[in-house]
This record gives sequence, structure tokens and C-alpha cells, in this order.
Amino acid sequence: MTFEADTPTPPRKPRLIVIGNGMVGHYCLEQLVERQAHQHYAITVFGEERHRAYDRVHLSDYFTGSDADALALGEADFCARHGIDLRLGEAVSAIDRESRLVVTERGGHAFDQLILATGSCPFVPPIPGNDRPNCFVYRTLDDLDAIRAAAETASSGVVVGGGLLGLEAANALRGLNLDTAVVEFAPRLMPMQVDTEGGDLLREKIEQLGVQVLTGRATQRIEDGQDHQHRMVFQDEKVWETDLIVFSAGIRPQDRLARDCGLEIGERGGVVVDDNCRTSDPNILAIGEVALWQDSIFGLVGPGYQMAKAAVDTLVEGELTFQGADMSTKLKLLGVDVGSIGDAHGDRTPGARMYRYLDQIKQEYRKLVVSSDGKKLVGAMLVGDNSYYDTLLQYYSNGLELPKDPAALILPSTEGAPTLGADALPETATICSCHNVSKGAVCQAVEAGCTDLGTLKADTKASTGCGGCTALLKQVFEHELESRGVEVDRSLCEHFAYTRQELYGLIRVEGIQSFEALHARHGKGRMGCDICKPAVASILASCWNAPITNPSLVPLQDTNDTFMANMQKNGTYSVVPRIPGGEITPDKLIAIGAVAKKYDLYTKITGGQRIDLFGAQLHELPDIWSELIAAGFETGHAYGKSTRTVKSCVGNTWCRYGVQDSVAMALTIENRYKGLRSPHKLKFAVSGCTRECAEAQSKDVGVIATEHGWNLYVCGNGGMRPRHAELFATDLDDTELLRIIDRLLMFYIRTADRLQRTSVWRENLEGGLDYLKAVILEDSLGLGDELEAQMQHVVDQYECEWAGALKDPEKLKRFRTFVNDKRSDPDIIAVSERDQPRPARPEEIAALAVEVTS
Amino acid sequence: MSELILENEAARSASSSRPVRLCSRADLVAGSGIVAWHEGHQIALFYLPCRPGAADGADEPEIYALDNRDPFSGANVIGRGIVGDLKGELVVASPIYKQHFRLTDGQCLEDATRRLRTWSVGWDGDNVVLHIPVGADS
Repeated sequence: MTFEADTPTPPRKPRLIVIGNGMVGHYCLEQLVERQAHQHYAITVFGEERHRAYDRVHLSDYFTGSDADALALGEADFCARHGIDLRLGEAVSAIDRESRLVVTERGGHAFDQLILATGSCPFVPPIPGNDRPNCFVYRTLDDLDAIRAAAETASSGVVVGGGLLGLEAANALRGLNLDTAVVEFAPRLMPMQVDTEGGDLLREKIEQLGVQVLTGRATQRIEDGQDHQHRMVFQDEKVWETDLIVFSAGIRPQDRLARDCGLEIGERGGVVVDDNCRTSDPNILAIGEVALWQDSIFGLVGPGYQMAKAAVDTLVEGELTFQGADMSTKLKLLGVDVGSIGDAHGDRTPGARMYRYLDQIKQEYRKLVVSSDGKKLVGAMLVGDNSYYDTLLQYYSNGLELPKDPAALILPSTEGAPTLGADALPETATICSCHNVSKGAVCQAVEAGCTDLGTLKADTKASTGCGGCTALLKQVFEHELESRGVEVDRSLCEHFAYTRQELYGLIRVEGIQSFEALHARHGKGRMGCDICKPAVASILASCWNAPITNPSLVPLQDTNDTFMANMQKNGTYSVVPRIPGGEITPDKLIAIGAVAKKYDLYTKITGGQRIDLFGAQLHELPDIWSELIAAGFETGHAYGKSTRTVKSCVGNTWCRYGVQDSVAMALTIENRYKGLRSPHKLKFAVSGCTRECAEAQSKDVGVIATEHGWNLYVCGNGGMRPRHAELFATDLDDTELLRIIDRLLMFYIRTADRLQRTSVWRENLEGGLDYLKAVILEDSLGLGDELEAQMQHVVDQYECEWAGALKDPEKLKRFRTFVNDKRSDPDIIAVSERDQPRPARPEEIAALAVEVTS
Repeated sequence: MSELILENEAARSASSSRPVRLCSRADLVAGSGIVAWHEGHQIALFYLPCRPGAADGADEPEIYALDNRDPFSGANVIGRGIVGDLKGELVVASPIYKQHFRLTDGQCLEDATRRLRTWSVGWDGDNVVLHIPVGADS
């Protein structure tokens, strides 16, 4: 079928227009695609901002390393791929319901169905002077760009509004090195979430971070200041001077389009919708923060997503409806935990009673609101420690009967926050709220034969979102396994009924120096096996760092560690000299070339910026290493579960964009941690600017330069299961950076399982990233000094294993292919390919044999 | 291959054999393996000098001789594997794909169809000697 160019497409699809490309708008598009509605509708999306949908919840990350791309939601070509016409930077000016048109500056666009996802706009209090230069709101990436530009010439900033968003904004200003103050109209911070006691505590904690808190202040006007650009005058005529002001005093639904076209609007704003998210016009739906459902606006992204789901379901004539949403939240604002569940103030539940716990020393506050009969939890409030949140939320959202003494749920106990027994949860209890996995789904997976936590996570997706439910998931999983008679055996192997962590503890505490001593005291069987021997060898090396060539350690090592080279498929080895930071002199390059040529080795550049020499036979290794060491090389530990490489970009020495000397830092890091043995290999990288040419965010330890120092990323991985490293600390100086890496690596070595990379370790860590930060950055376990001392010991003990071995004839005697004959292994046959040797394939060897014999 | 093994097993029990020196005790590595060459054969020698807590009074240091060729990879690497015990049996793990072979008879624990050739070895003072059955070729 062909059409004339000037005729509109006759069998046209119904036209669906979505106004707004924020988080909820984007989720709505994803839902439309998932429900195949994009096949049925011709979809057009208008976004007022020039950026495609991005993660507004993590907006402040924009100042700490994430760029617009990193915050963007979904794949860049999502709309194009699914035939959705995405028009960014094109604001809708009016809706014409009569002729079913949406009007933009470029003209009218017809619709059959319309979804409003215009979100909200920041409320700017009507204060005279609120439109002065350097007065901002905190909502979009463009707002942040403007704030950042203004901050360059400013020394101080004020946020008007001490709620959730206000404190986020304050954190951002602090990150821009401004002297920051928060001005709140209410008598306390976060008046929606916390009460007076909680607010006082929050204020104390935030003031300790250097942010000034002014509560109970109503700004009357803003005028020219004396020492700073602005002077804010409060109701009592007291004044405060500042260079920059950010208004973050709450949000208002962006409902102007709906108002102008006569849709029903709530008294205090918001487009009225029913359970199907339909407005008063059945062909127009509204979702997210612009929609008013049963007189409530939902200012969280979760309920917005649920509305989007319901709206799409309405379009495809399904039966899903929006039934309100739980507004419970846990947050970390300026590093302070704040949690709020249900009716946290107890003012919406007649007869509600309360339990409260306040610790002004540790600065923790917790409150329970229970029903009048004391049996059900109707709300809770947490400041200072959110580890109580998960259990309380389970009680609240599943309507579980409270224990006899509910106070125990918020009282401190020696084992940390009490957790709810897994068997107390009903089948319908939500374990993972990110992916909506219930306890029933976990039970089903176990019933189907899943006996491994990793598989369970992969199958159900549970605990793969924010990770907050890791501990609960593990508990439910192990409980289900045990109730089915499956013994959860955590033994390392048949010789040791201990986990790697437990063996580490025994070795460390009892000062055990050898496998024999450990085995005699704590082991079973005759002599160990290929599982426990290398694992124990690794722990001994991590603790004491004695040369692995010592006679008592030799029988423990894998062949790679024994011969300090990497065994290849034909029994030859590859040799990798250390090239710290990938920096190498021409003379050293020539030396490597000369060695490779002399011993006829295949050479290849590795992914870690060094050179691998393949095809050495056992008896050649000492000669090869004598020459490499004479040329100034050290062993590269490519064979060990140990520090491998520190990849780096060229840094500000040469690069136009670099802001720090990434090569020098890479050298410092590599020279500090070389020879460190760990549960699995460790890869590092240092990038000289946020362009990230060293790919640090795919490494166990990634360092990215900022103008003020270094940002540290941890627990990333490339390989089979790639994982982005997570931002761990920002703007560190050199000393702080190394101290944090010391602690982190030693804590990993202490607690990880055998052959567990940092990425998997981190995912399995109960308490997730917050816990890790608490342990390493805030020293919550009081281990910091010990971990640093242990690392310093390992660093001090370092010696090049190859240099040591070459000095000791006794250690070299094993480097013989045959103890009683000088010949090489006759079965190792190489052929030439692309001017280099490679192992002959079986059919080539067979052909060669025929030639020789015929 | 299997015939060869059978011959050898039979030969081991033969009363008459001629001892051939392979190496000295000092060439061995305690608790681990080395490899000796004998007339085209690569023989992996595993040396277990003592047996702590042995009840049967076996104070003679133990030595085992297995074919150095790993049947799974075709590489000559068995002598470089880790020695251990699994369920009461002495084994060596191939360093390539980690299968276990029994030190006493070369049997692979993971694959009943694979078995390494073994040799009879013993001590002559501080020398390690291979017992070659009289009349056998090698």
C-alpha cells in the first residue's frame, strides 16, 4: 500500500500524547512498551527540559561525579527503538479539549488519549526580592548548572526550607564548598517526618557537619547585603547575609495546563483523578505529583510509578487500579539516617499510644506509634539509625501482631537492631520492595530446588535493587532451607568445619603461622586438599606476608603461586613483569623485547596495561627472571589472588583535561599494595578527570580525580558479571585516600569468602553500602587503627618473590622440568602464527608426527 | 593404554625386578611433587615424608609415582598438582582442570574411565629407585 505524500495516513493508529518526561513520565513509557501499547498507539512525548528523563531522586550526585548521562534513565535510544516520538525542549502551552489538540510553540498536535505527567514545581514563597539574581530553585539539571556557576564566585549559600528536599539542597551547597545555612519556617527541621525530639536531634547532627540551622524563621524580604550579595530580613528584623539563595520550601503540582482547560482541580491544587487515574475528562489521565487522588498528592517516586502502571492498564483496558500508596521512607540526608513509617506522628489514629527512646550521647531517636489496644504498629519514626527500619516496616505493612513488649523493637541491644523471625512473616510479606518479591516467591524458588543465595537473587531479582533487604532475604532463605531439612553447610571443605572468615579469625587471634599448626588444632583428615590449602596459604599471606616460597608454604600453593607464573593449557607458563601504572621506559620495553626474543615467547599487551610473555617452560623461568630483574623489573603477581594492576590515564601532566596527576597516584597505589594477597584478585585504576579514561568504575578500587582531590569508587567488576563501582567517598586528599583503601581492603580480606571478588562480597554484605561506609569511613566497629596497622605490616614485609627465590638455590631446585635430565618437555610443540610462536593444535601435532616418521 | 596398565600391575607383584635410580631424596619436595625422566616416560613423584599420628607405625616416608600426563588436557603437568586427601584417600589434583587422581593406583575420582599409569618406586638409601620388572621393556 502506498500513500500520496500530502494525504494523511488513512488507517491511523489512535494518538496518545504524554506531557512530561520526568521519572514518572519515563516509567509510564516503559510500561506502555511492556504492555505492547506502543503497537496500538502512535505515541508522542513532550518534555519541557532539554534533557531526557533522569533520576531526580539522586540529583545531588550531579555535584559529586555523576554527569547528566549517568543520571539518565533507560537507554538513550529507548524511544527511537520503540517508535515513540520524543520531543525534548518543547513545552506545551495549552490543551484544547474541544478540538483534542495539544499546543506547543510549533503548533497543534492532535490526540485521542492524553496523559499528564507534568510533575510539580518548587514552591517559592512570595517574599519581596525572591527574584533577585543568584536566587535559585532546586529541581532540574539546568537549575544545578546555574547554582554551580554562581557558586564559583560565592562563599556562602542559604537554603530556604528545611524539609527533605531542602536538606538535599543543603548537602549540595556544602559539596560546592559554600558556608551553608538552612532557614526553616517551622520550629524544627523536616516537620513532616519528625517530631520535636527528632527534629532537635537532627538539628544537632546537621550542625555538627558545619551547616547552620535557623528554625522558626519567616523571611520578610531580601535586599542588598553589606558583606554578601543578599541580606535576608526575618520576622523579628534579625538579618542573615549570604551570596546565594536556593528556595526549596516544598512542591506544588504543575497543574496550570489542566486548570486552563477546565479540568477538575483540588482546592490546594492537583488534577483530581479516580482509581483509574482518569481526570474529569475521560480521555485525559494524570499521574505522579500533578495528580490528586482522594485529596492527596504523592510526592514520592514509588506511588508515581504505581499510578503510571494503573494509567497504562486503564488504556489497555485492564483492571489494575491505583489504591493509594504507603508513604513510609528511609533516607540518608547529609549522612544522617531519617526514617518515617505510616502515621509517624500518631495524629491520624484515634487512641494511638507511643513508645519513645532518646539517646543524646549516640544521637539516636526512635518512636513507635501503636494502636489503642497495643497490638498493631501504626507508625514509627527514626533518627540516627535506620537499621531498625526494615523490621518495623514489616510489622507495619503486613499488620503483624506486635511482640509482648513492643519497646524491645526500638531499644538498643548488644546485637544491633532486633530482626523479625523469618517464620513470623506471612507468605504475602514483601521482602524486596524494589522488585516486589514476596516471601511466597522466595519459598517457591526454594521449593523448586534453589539452594544457593546467588541463584535465588538471579532467579527472583530479590535484593538486586537497593540491597536494603539483603539481610532479611538471607534470613528467610536459610530459614526455608532449614525447615525443609536442607542443612546449610558453610564449611570450607571436609578438612575444616569453618568458613573462610572463621579461619581468618583463628589464624589472626591464635597467631598461627603454618598450615600444619592450623590443621593440627582445628582440622580433620590427614593433610588437607586443593580447596583448603590455597585458601589457608592466602590467609597466611594476608596476615603475615611471609615469602610464599618458604618450604612449609610451597605445598599449599596452586601451581601458579608455586612457580610464580601463570600455567597455560599446554603446561607452559606466561610471565608478567610489574609495570606500575602502565608507565614504562624505552629501555625497559627493549629489555622485555630482548627476553621475549631470546626465549621465543609470544607477547601480548594485557588489559591491565602491561605485557604478558607466553610459552616459557618451567626450567626457563629462573633465567627469564634473572634477566628481567637485572633490567629493573619486579614480579607482577599475575599468578596470585592478589593485587594485579593499577590502570591509569596519563593525567594532568600531558592531558588537556586532567585535573590531577593520575599516573603518580597509580604508582603510589600500586607500590603500596603490590604483593598483597587477598580472597581473590584485586584490580585498581586511577583516572585524572571525570572523562574516566582509566575505566576506574569497573575496578575493585577506582579513583577519579576531582578539582579538590580524589573520588573513591569501590567494588566494581568487569568480567563475567560486570558491576559498576559505587561512589564511596569524595574529594579526598592523598593521605585520606590511602587510609580508606587500607581499611577497605583489609576489611574485605578479613570478611570475604574464598574466591569472592569485592563485587560479590559487597552485594552479600549485610547492611550494604551504608554499613560498609559506617565501618570504613566512620569506624563504627572501632577497627580502623587495627586494619591500618595490619595493612602497614603487609606493606613493610613486601619483597619481590622472584628476587628472593633467585637468591636461594634450595628454592630454585624445583624449577626443573625433569630432576634427572636437562631436556625440555618433548611434548611441548610450538608453531608460528602471525610471526609469533603459539602451541600446536592436536591435529598439527599429529601431522608433524607423520612427517617425522614417514 | 589399558593393556599397558594391566601388564604393569601384574609386573609390580612379580618377585624379581631390577632397580633403576631416578633421583635422590634431596631432589624431592616434601608434601608435593617433582618429575623424573625415564626412557621416554615422564614420571611424577610425590613425597610424603611423615605421617603425623599414624597408628600403624608407618614411619617409612611415602613416595608415589604416577604418569605426568594429564589425560583431560593432554599436558604433562600432574607432578605440579596439589597433593591432598579426600574421604580418606591420598590424591593429587590436576593443576589444569582440577580433577583428582588417587596416588595409590592413579584412578580418577571424577571419571571412572580415566586412570593414570603408576610405577612401583622405593628407597635405596637416599636414592629413589624405580622397580622395573625383569623382562619388561620399560
